[in-house]
Amino acid sequence: MEHQPPPFFNRGPAPLVRLSFFVSLAILLMVLDARFRYAESVRQVVALAAYPIQRVAMAPVDLFNGVVNYFGSAAALRAENAALRTQQLRAAPELLQLDALKEENNQLRRLLDASERLPRKAAFAEILYAARDPFSRKVVIDKGSQSGILPGEPVIDDVGVIGQVTRVYLLMSEVTLLSDKDQAIPLQVLRNGLRAVAYGGAEGGMLDLRFMAANADIRNGDVLVTSGIDGTYPPGLPVATVARIERDAAYAFARITLAPTAGTDRYRQVLVLSNEAKPPPPEPEQPARKPARPKRPRKAE
Amino acid sequence: MQLQAQAQRILLPAKPSFIVLTLALGLLFNLLPWRSMTAVPDLTAMVLVFWCIHQPRRIGIAIAWSLGLLLDVGNGALLGQHALAYSVLAFLAFAVHRRILWFPPWEQALHVLLLLLAAQALTLVIRVAAGADFPGWSYFTGSFICAALWPVLNFLLLLPQRKPEIVDENRPI
Repeated sequence: MEHQPPPFFNRGPAPLVRLSFFVSLAILLMVLDARFRYAESVRQVVALAAYPIQRVAMAPVDLFNGVVNYFGSAAALRAENAALRTQQLRAAPELLQLDALKEENNQLRRLLDASERLPRKAAFAEILYAARDPFSRKVVIDKGSQSGILPGEPVIDDVGVIGQVTRVYLLMSEVTLLSDKDQAIPLQVLRNGLRAVAYGGAEGGMLDLRFMAANADIRNGDVLVTSGIDGTYPPGLPVATVARIERDAAYAFARITLAPTAGTDRYRQVLVLSNEAKPPPPEPEQPARKPARPKRPRKAE
Repeated sequence: MQLQAQAQRILLPAKPSFIVLTLALGLLFNLLPWRSMTAVPDLTAMVLVFWCIHQPRRIGIAIAWSLGLLLDVGNGALLGQHALAYSVLAFLAFAVHRRILWFPPWEQALHVLLLLLAAQALTLVIRVAAGADFPGWSYFTGSFICAALWPVLNFLLLLPQRKPEIVDENRPI
């Protein structure tokens, strides 16, 4: 008979063996995630397991907010109410004319044979938390694929664009903020229509306006809005203001730093704009795979 | 049961439910909405190191790996980044678990600081290799706060094991 050690001495594989197994598993996952994006299904499953813990982690914050709201004095609420009413009244003239202007704009576009701008659907969402990852800038919102959120949709708050949905789970989605290093957004200077692209990753949550010629007509305090040429962001949403311009004759481009208009530090309510309103792509050439339709008699030209 | 160098008393066995509870609390703490603060201590890592040192037969690399995966998904980080760091952390804690208990808590904290810094440095190397920017030296502050909290955590997590089973006023020891 072969000699076996008694089972109470048996401690399984050696620690180094276990370590190498789990390290290689982790490295495999990382490579699949970073290079090939194959790990999304694993992520979806683990996300479902993590969801209850995340909701419970939100509870103390909700409780704190509830207590603050409960004891918030009536005077403060009344003041806020009055301020909001004034704001609404101030915006009323533009809002009242908006419908008429929209209709007029559409008619003019029709006259010019330009495609009409279609309204976009918007989904209301709330920021749950900022992802705790010092290497990227993301927030997590409380609507997911169950509410029809799709990856790539722009996210705005009451004053401007905050970012783009980059990953969708069943009940939550991740929004990458504009200040993330890998995020870019096409912009237009409101004053003169100059187009440019802003990149995140500047220090202090600022944006970089790259590849602008050193003599470009751009000034401190200029407002930049989305240009809409990417088809993702609707045109005309405020994004940032120019904070600093450094023109150096040694470089072909000016160094322009932008301060984002919207911030995620103030309110938790955001709007996710849907991408459905994208104009349909031009009809491709009909391939031969479709059964031949009965040919219509063509008009003689 | 194990001997504590300072207290010289025999501890009760740890309850598995208590271990699970503390790890879950650590996870909850890590998933609290931290509003992009960088210097937040990684409490999950610390509780994990504690149990890897005190109960190395119950808590090991497999559990560390799964906890790391949960955090990866919860934080939207690179999948496997925390899992790798926590596996290495658990391995290192296992490697020092026999000698570290002979030190008083403050000197244990120095050991733990080195382990946590090693795990953080590993994460940093992975993310920089994957194309991220260096987030600044404040990134490492969390580990120092963790190490400063270690004596408190040590005391709190050992409390249930210090409780006498039968209270007897006339017992000699």
